[in-house]
Amino acid sequence: MKIFIKYLFIWITVVLCQVLICNNIQLFGYINPYIYIIFILLLPLKTSKYLVLLLGFLLGLSIDIFSNTPGIHASATTFMAFLRPYIINILFNRESIDKKHLPSISSMGLSWFIKYTVIMVLVHHLFLFYIEAFSFTNFFFTLTRCLSSAVFSIILLIISQLLFFKERQK
Amino acid sequence: MRSLLRFLTRIYFFLFFILLEVFCLILIVNFNNYQKIVFTNSTNNFIGDIYKKSSAFYSIFNLKEINSNLADENTRLRNRLEKIQASDKTDSTFADSAGYIFIATKVISNSVNLRNNYITLDKGTKDGIKTGMGIISPNGIVGIITNVSDHFSMGPTIINKKWKVSAKIKKNNYFGSLSWDGKDYRYAILNEIPIHVKLSIGDTIVTSSYSSVFPEGYLIGEIESFNHKKGYNFYNIKIRLSTNFMTLRHVNIIKNFYFNELENLQKTGDKDENIY
Repeated sequence: MKIFIKYLFIWITVVLCQVLICNNIQLFGYINPYIYIIFILLLPLKTSKYLVLLLGFLLGLSIDIFSNTPGIHASATTFMAFLRPYIINILFNRESIDKKHLPSISSMGLSWFIKYTVIMVLVHHLFLFYIEAFSFTNFFFTLTRCLSSAVFSIILLIISQLLFFKERQK
Repeated sequence: MRSLLRFLTRIYFFLFFILLEVFCLILIVNFNNYQKIVFTNSTNNFIGDIYKKSSAFYSIFNLKEINSNLADENTRLRNRLEKIQASDKTDSTFADSAGYIFIATKVISNSVNLRNNYITLDKGTKDGIKTGMGIISPNGIVGIITNVSDHFSMGPTIINKKWKVSAKIKKNNYFGSLSWDGKDYRYAILNEIPIHVKLSIGDTIVTSSYSSVFPEGYLIGEIESFNHKKGYNFYNIKIRLSTNFMTLRHVNIIKNFYFNELENLQKTGDKDENIY
């Protein structure tokens, strides 16, 4: 129950941060960081993969409702949540899996976390921007938009990890 | 049979994923029809309320700019008034926009970075807003209303790939359709102007009389550059939009005096189509 309330609180904070602050950044009219995926990134490793998938879908949908893009964020976040268990499996040495761990800087180390974040953000952003464009006609234009936003998101995610989620080491 | 079941349980996770993705795709495709999706957008009362509060907070940072814009608009209107009082006959542009009512609203959410950008405003059916009304800012046209709830309304802006508006060149009345190429929020593309028309950079583009949504001759932007490909009979004209979508805070919803009449007329037209 306690953990449920804790994650509900993170959920609300993350969604509000995204729609009220990050969606207003719109740098140069192209670049927009999508930091809400930190919720999926930071779910405990032992979380059932079905739950992760469902949470990813609902998280994306809640962002969609705010930004008038029904289905777009939901599909991208679902895709990312689907790949999460496989990505974690690849990034872990088989013997060092300790299911109690959270995938955070404090428990995994900075370089592991950066690798993890970069892969997850790229997966999410590539899917998001191409599903939003819904065509490959401006392939490289979409790719530039995607990568520039991804760089911005990754930086913000790592900074926020360093600033706010430190105490969860205990 | 048993092996089939075993196979199904093994790919159950994948099936669940596909199911969710299909649901998302249905949402995405259905949103092509603006009116269809009612619940999953920002005219939702709860969402609208959150946006209203946050925009009240954000508007504090823009007070200076809003003030100067209002002062500009005041001077412009005063000049116009002087002109009307000075001459006996009415100013022609003023006569054009007669027959329209303006309703002042605040922008509570807006985007410029997507392919299909929407704007949400803080007035709804309780203030007499209906779908199909135009949105304008003092500097130029903004968009059109497609979804309305009790207290909020939303719709696509010019910088939305799914929406086009009829526009004309002010000096010679040639008209074409204005669309957005999905790249830079400051520019739009004017199509269907034949290449024998003489153009120059800086020509003013205004709304044409072919829509009942906007008054004729309302500012859209000016020509930034133009070219035409070999073998094509039409120009490809880049327009610098006069509305700055990045800083939009206060806009007007514009209502045609004869809105209801036109709406009824179109309805009877639809009925006829069904008969034949």
